[in-house]
Amino acid sequence: MKNAIMIGALSVALIGTGYWGYTKHRDLQEMHNQAENSYQRAFNELTYDVDLLHDKIGATLAMNSKASLSPALADVWRLSIESKSDIAQLPLKFLPFDKTQAFLTKIGNFSYRTAVRDLEKEPLTDEEYKTLKAIYKKSESVQNGLRNVQSDIIDKDLSWIDVQTVSAQKEAPRDNVIINGFKHVEQTKSTVDQDFGPTFTTGPEQSKELKELKGEKISESEAKKIAKFYFPIKNYKDIAVNKSLDGSKEPFYSVSMEHKNPQGDSYMEITETGGHPLFFITNRDIKKQQISLEDAGKSGSSYLKKQKYTDMEIYDSSQYDTIGVFQFVKTVNDVRIYPESIQLKVALDNGKVIGFNAKSYVISNHKRNIPNPKLTKAQARKKVNPNVEVQEERLAILLNDLNKEVLCYEFIGTLGDDTYDIYVNAMTGEEEKVKKL
Amino acid sequence: MVNTYLPKDEVNAFTSQVLTRGSTGQDVKELQSRLKFIGFFKGKVDGVFGWGTYWSLRTFQKEFGMKVDGVAGPKLKEKLVKATKNYKASGTASNTNTNTNMNTNKSNNIVSKITKTSNSSNKNNNKKQVENAPNGYTNNDIKLMANAVYGESRGEPYIGQVAVAAVILNRLSSSSFPNSISGIIYQPGAFTAVADGQINLTPNANAKKAVLDAINGWDPTTGCIYYYNPKTATNKWIRKRPKILTIGEHIFCK
Repeated sequence: MKNAIMIGALSVALIGTGYWGYTKHRDLQEMHNQAENSYQRAFNELTYDVDLLHDKIGATLAMNSKASLSPALADVWRLSIESKSDIAQLPLKFLPFDKTQAFLTKIGNFSYRTAVRDLEKEPLTDEEYKTLKAIYKKSESVQNGLRNVQSDIIDKDLSWIDVQTVSAQKEAPRDNVIINGFKHVEQTKSTVDQDFGPTFTTGPEQSKELKELKGEKISESEAKKIAKFYFPIKNYKDIAVNKSLDGSKEPFYSVSMEHKNPQGDSYMEITETGGHPLFFITNRDIKKQQISLEDAGKSGSSYLKKQKYTDMEIYDSSQYDTIGVFQFVKTVNDVRIYPESIQLKVALDNGKVIGFNAKSYVISNHKRNIPNPKLTKAQARKKVNPNVEVQEERLAILLNDLNKEVLCYEFIGTLGDDTYDIYVNAMTGEEEKVKKL
Repeated sequence: MVNTYLPKDEVNAFTSQVLTRGSTGQDVKELQSRLKFIGFFKGKVDGVFGWGTYWSLRTFQKEFGMKVDGVAGPKLKEKLVKATKNYKASGTASNTNTNTNMNTNKSNNIVSKITKTSNSSNKNNNKKQVENAPNGYTNNDIKLMANAVYGESRGEPYIGQVAVAAVILNRLSSSSFPNSISGIIYQPGAFTAVADGQINLTPNANAKKAVLDAINGWDPTTGCIYYYNPKTATNKWIRKRPKILTIGEHIFCK
């Protein structure tokens, strides 16, 4: 009798566990399918969008009327962005597909700039037609490569989840049909390092790079000396200097210092050539606010003066809890030179500088002749939307979208409840930039 | 939580601090509510001295025959308090009436108790009052980035955390990556912390500070878009990228 009860209880438990295991498995399978489906959808949309992209570029080549060319180019722009967002949804970790993505972005930039241009006044140049033809051809090879992968996936029932697991594996031979297919597309792309002309390759990416610097090379111990001169906390437990690795075009030293009192650490980067300080950050606990943002700004100004940065003026400040962040800009003869800017972080407990960033200053600082504006202030102001109530105006040098320095009139004005920063080119009268503040 | 508010005298609810564009805190809230009370300020009372507050303060200065500089010093505060005699603060912190002081203290006690309990787990909480975000970013962007930075590099030195945040931002301006912060962070497989769920850990204050530093322009990597831990990464492709520098356990590359 006892045995029978035992057997009964155990079989109930067994059936229970079995059922539980089955539902778990089913749930897992369902999630698995969902993930697979969203990958499949992203991939199929990618092939579709690239197909369409190729066709649209072809259509622009055949068009004669400028009236239809602009919308077609706008379509190319839209499709290139969409293809990029499709790629972003695929599990391509460490899979070399960055060149294809860069190619798509550049098509986007190119088509955007040409689409928004007044093609009646400024039609496509021969160079630009050549570029269009070239990207037409090259987008075809991307299209074909993706089409091949697509038919492999459909014919052989391949799974994207497998790609995910394969690329996560450590030493595994990465022999996967999808991965190989993508590699193939990417390799045809190295022939596809398309030259989009000088105006389309420069962008925000390049402005972050250090330009070639002039001057004597400094040694490790000189780097240490410079760091000690800059760090507002002078005492230290430990100081270490490292050098950048061989991939850096313009080598630099990094100096780290550990402080005892107050506890914290500072880190600074200094270029080897010329010994230019790029930035430093001090990390320490910041106590209750004792100093107003305004006084902190004054403390920052005198710090810069002490470090021999002249003609620097605060143009923006913000408070984050107990830290003030200040934007300084070089101002010569009342002209603000925005590329030569320095950021400072000031602790609001004691007013000491805890951060300094002069990278763009180091990149842009040089003797310059500021030309005389061709437009008067009044003429430039007429170019600003008449609904904007201008509150402040001045001359300024700005780095525009093409990474070129241009002399502008800067107008700060209000429209409704919002404030706008508007730059009008002082030579051509073009609206270079409009920013909502 | 209450420490940003230090009443100096009974009549004036302002502290002695000079307020300028960019200032944040209870004092700014007081300034905004009083300006709003007499119709100079139309925006939201959020405690962040932005451009809207700046222009309305200037209009106030112009109309009351003061020097127009957009800075709220002691003279301006005095004038503003006089001009807003009938103004009654809605919040507990700015009550000036002695009768209600007891109540204020009581509620403050409760508030500090509440924050104490939640403080033990997370220092961040007392910052809830006023949150300032850099131009072009929302507080949610910053939180999302802080989560990613914390999940990816919480064992790293502070500068290494700034560097990871900078890599996310460099990807934002790179042509080979998605065009939004969420797109970059949630790109499948891009960050291990996202794949294994560590991104959902609550970040500490340092991670958020590191993100703000990176957004405000500090980039220890000079434009890197990748990084890896040489001890655990086995991918050949990433090891072939041009290496820029080592911070902590990570090698940063282009």
